Amino acid sequence: MPEAALQRAYRTAWPVVVATTARVTRDLDLAEDCTQDAFVRALGAWADGVPANPTGWLTTTARRIALDRLRRETALRRRLPLLVEPVVGKGAAQEAGQEAPTEPADPLRLVFTCCHPALARESQVALTLRPLCGVDTAAIAAVLLTGEAGVAARITRAKRKIASARIPFRIPAEDELPARLDAVLTVVHLLYTAGHVGSGPGLTSADLTGRAFGLARMLVRLLPGEPEPRALLGLLLLTEARAGARTDGGGELVLLDDQDRSGWDRRMIAEGLTLATAALRAGPDTGHGRFALQAAVAGLHVVATSPERTDRALIVTMYDALMGVAPSPVVALNRAAARSRVPGSDLGAVLADLDALADDPALARYPYLPAARADLLRRLGRTVEAVAAYDAALALTTNPVERRFLAGRRATVHGG
Amino acid sequence: MMARYMFLMFDSEDWYDDVDEQGMADEMRLHHDFMEAVRAAGASVVGGEALERPSTASTVRRGDDGAPMVTDGPFADTKEALGGFYVIEAADLDVALRLAAICPAGTVEVRPVLDIGDDDPVTP
Repeated sequence: MPEAALQRAYRTAWPVVVATTARVTRDLDLAEDCTQDAFVRALGAWADGVPANPTGWLTTTARRIALDRLRRETALRRRLPLLVEPVVGKGAAQEAGQEAPTEPADPLRLVFTCCHPALARESQVALTLRPLCGVDTAAIAAVLLTGEAGVAARITRAKRKIASARIPFRIPAEDELPARLDAVLTVVHLLYTAGHVGSGPGLTSADLTGRAFGLARMLVRLLPGEPEPRALLGLLLLTEARAGARTDGGGELVLLDDQDRSGWDRRMIAEGLTLATAALRAGPDTGHGRFALQAAVAGLHVVATSPERTDRALIVTMYDALMGVAPSPVVALNRAAARSRVPGSDLGAVLADLDALADDPALARYPYLPAARADLLRRLGRTVEAVAAYDAALALTTNPVERRFLAGRRATVHGG
Repeated sequence: MMARYMFLMFDSEDWYDDVDEQGMADEMRLHHDFMEAVRAAGASVVGGEALERPSTASTVRRGDDGAPMVTDGPFADTKEALGGFYVIEAADLDVALRLAAICPAGTVEVRPVLDIGDDDPVTP
């Protein structure tokens, strides 16, 4: 089945092909074009049989196309150069253009270029999805909640900045790695979250979550000494393991405590727990990383055999630690929600904490803040205020499944 | 191959009001140290000036009829105004940003200088 093999290669091999080609072209645009062309050629060439190593075939083909074009185009246009560092000891073979260079770290270099802190977060996301993963601009527009033309313009501007400000195609030095890696992991996590809570008719977008997993696995493979990529992959697995149980047979949202635990993916949970545990154990002297702590929270939820047996107090402790390493209003909100689940907790005090977050501009359009307030008010029996909070949450929620859930809860409170 | 970056340094005008002789000497020393750090990073300072306070600026623009119009004050009347600049030659943006982080100014904007394909800077 060449089509199936090609689709699989499109999802998994694109970053390798584009990054390796970028080393030859020194131009991200051209590398992207040649990668696209290589996939088009594969469509015909693989009809007679899929090559044993599809990634190798695509890389070699994209590289040949690139060398060909470079020969023809040298004088034709002024290229936007990508600042590529030579690979020590491989120069001669590369110059001769004989065999496909296999530089396993090239996709890693490219992801660090795309997620450079001198680029806006939206640009980092757009570059990671388009040139690096080959996702089309329409899908990126859906993630960034903007128009397709805006995404295309943003990618063009970002590529120009990479070239003219000379953002290097390089893995950061040891002392910069933790901070730079954090930006990359944040983008990957954002891709997963955008896929997990899609704005389409269903709850998730498998393509985006698939890309996020592909990138997370690549980071684990290429940075074996770093605990945080492992923690992120663990977090994604522990979240994805529950994806099937997040909606019932009728497509309605089911909250974690009400989910059928037998529907959770045990294989993903096992792998996720192994990764999370390894990341927590490898925690640096400065304390655990923020993805290790988030993975720990997800792990504590899935290891419990029932909602009652969940170690709520330990989850709050993990959030306290998270506030220490990576304080943010979203973490504060999650910590408050976790506190409200500890048996015998003072719900009024938790509500006061949530209200204190209401003025934070970062949460102004965040639907989960009014949703959390609504839930607390409902549990406190303050129905009028609860209804108003559900309305506020509904006004900010676009996902239809989540909207139906909130509307259902609102109706229960309103009617009762 | 090196690239050129302009470091545009922004500070509050209050600095000019409050600075005394000692403060000025300290400032000069900070800039001297900065230029040392630039050299130590394998980069070089190829230009730069400190500017008089923003309120001494005059701005000339073209009116609708094309005639020049002079106004008193800087082009962008902001709390933090342009107070000086450097032109730094560095290998890449990572080096430039590391240097900007230790550049003695409240805020530093780092702008790549447009490469006009000429090895020599524009000379009159």
